[in-house]
Amino acid sequence: MEVLALLDCLSAPACLLSQAVGGLKIGMLLFLVASGLTLIFGVLGIINFAHGILYMLGAYFAWQAMELTGHFGLSVLIGAIGVGIFGLAFERGLIKRVYESNLLIQILLCYAVILIVDDLVMIIWGDEFLSSIGVPEIFQVPPLFIFDAVIPPFHLAIIFTSLLIAILLWMLMTRSRFGSLVRAAAINPKMLEALGINTNFIRYSVFVLGSFLAGLGGALAASERSIVSQMGNSILIESFIITVIGGMGSIGGAFLASLIIGMARSFGAVAMPLFTDGLMFLIMVLVLILRPRGIMGEKK
Amino acid sequence: MNVSIKDSFKKDAIYSVVSWIALLSLYFIFNDHGIQDIITKVAILGLFAMSLNILIGYLGLIAFGHATFFAAGAYTLGLFLQSDFIIEYNIGSWSIPIALSLSVLLPGILATIVGVICIRLREIYFSFLTLAFQMIFYSLILALVGITGGDQGLMGGFPKPPFLGINLGIHFHFYAFTTFIVILAVFLMRQIIESPFGYGLRMIRDNHERPAALGFNIRSHQLLAFIIAGSLAGLAGSLQALLDVGAYPEWAFWSKSAEPLFMILLGGMQTFLGPLLGALIFELLNDFVSANTRYYGLILGLVILIFVLGFKKGLLDWIVIRGRKN
Repeated sequence: MEVLALLDCLSAPACLLSQAVGGLKIGMLLFLVASGLTLIFGVLGIINFAHGILYMLGAYFAWQAMELTGHFGLSVLIGAIGVGIFGLAFERGLIKRVYESNLLIQILLCYAVILIVDDLVMIIWGDEFLSSIGVPEIFQVPPLFIFDAVIPPFHLAIIFTSLLIAILLWMLMTRSRFGSLVRAAAINPKMLEALGINTNFIRYSVFVLGSFLAGLGGALAASERSIVSQMGNSILIESFIITVIGGMGSIGGAFLASLIIGMARSFGAVAMPLFTDGLMFLIMVLVLILRPRGIMGEKK
Repeated sequence: MNVSIKDSFKKDAIYSVVSWIALLSLYFIFNDHGIQDIITKVAILGLFAMSLNILIGYLGLIAFGHATFFAAGAYTLGLFLQSDFIIEYNIGSWSIPIALSLSVLLPGILATIVGVICIRLREIYFSFLTLAFQMIFYSLILALVGITGGDQGLMGGFPKPPFLGINLGIHFHFYAFTTFIVILAVFLMRQIIESPFGYGLRMIRDNHERPAALGFNIRSHQLLAFIIAGSLAGLAGSLQALLDVGAYPEWAFWSKSAEPLFMILLGGMQTFLGPLLGALIFELLNDFVSANTRYYGLILGLVILIFVLGFKKGLLDWIVIRGRKN
């Protein structure tokens, strides 16, 4: 572990700022994926172990749309909506059947879907890395220099877009009728059904929303990283960590935890490059031991 | 109670000896290294899956980090056999038995530490915590490049000096030794599962309040089961390391923990030998699919879907239930 390197970085404004912006970008993209995971768990009571492939599909769909249309914003949107539709089919076709099953069956169902989709992606797009879809033209400008820190404007755009979506999501969940229904369904679905509400509709719309968000995260990430079928694996693990740390089912908790994990990754890369993943799991273990319900999880 | 345990002890001992002899004759019937190696692999994977089923089938704890102990056993064996310790203390021919014992002991100690912390949590939180410990262990293997070889795995091989007339360099010796160790371990596991302790585990699985009301210490039962399962997984891992003459970080990755879960699903969790049958199906499937198609995941995934949505239980469970009905 290189404590000195970390101290050097923390005391230099340039390094501090660029790592912080980097961490914020990672954290906000993670939030898009993890918020869907935590929402699905909160309402459906299902751990979607296949959440990583939604992120991965978002990247592939966006790449394909970019090939066809050449328009960045449109491609990202198509990627996200495409994954939303995929999520609908996934929930109606498979997940629906294991709501009442035990955890082992749910895990294995998701494991099967991961294996199948990974191979299908390989059949359709090949097993080579695809190049990133690139940054839109208006952001193809020299980076900003703030206190000597190199900050690409596109990273700021990603941070603000994700932040905007986080706020929209928060308003949807707290200020709209749909949000109240979703929260009610998380607490007592039977009662809601007795009141004449179609809880099935709530379930799959939550799943579609979660898929859409994960797809959006993947599509945005595809702007700068190369695309490969395994790209969902690490994001899945990180989303789990965030869900657990933030409190399972809590969107606010997921937001906080995403920031923590984003920063841990960014600064961890300076301090202990080989143990960054280990560091995240260490945080998760500590939270599970000291406060199993997470930072903002409700007590059951 | 005592009488029945003694009886089953004798019966199980006879079964064990008979199955070992049967496996040895299979070696000569199928005079083909490919098939013989499949049997060895099934024995090792079966032991791994059966050790996990102590927790899943008998205790009802979905442990999702079982590969931790598998990898711990593998690395213990490999690192010990590579160490200067052997030359320095002139252990020579005793190095394999000592290495195997350490590969049960150290994962057992690791399981004690992990278990003490994990069993305080219930259900999904327990599963997540075991997963988190596994990933820390995995990250440590990758980070400690100087000791473990990092992402390349434990390279360079290690010596396998003969002991008690057994030379693991000889194919038949290796086959006979591995199957013997696995059968011995399964025999011991059977005695544990059929003991009052084993029935205590089933009682905890079915009902949390009753054993507590009976003055039963649930935590200590769970912990002991966790340690036993971890030690046996360590043994399985060390045999795998002996087979491959190395150890790899993937053995500590989460997907390695999903494999025995899948075997348990395939074979069945309610019957003692179910996971072993699952390991056989898994290995045959693996062998057949990877020999015939590139799309390994596609086929494997479809098979899992059929079991998850169709049978909803393992093959041996299904057969046993059918047998009882008729």
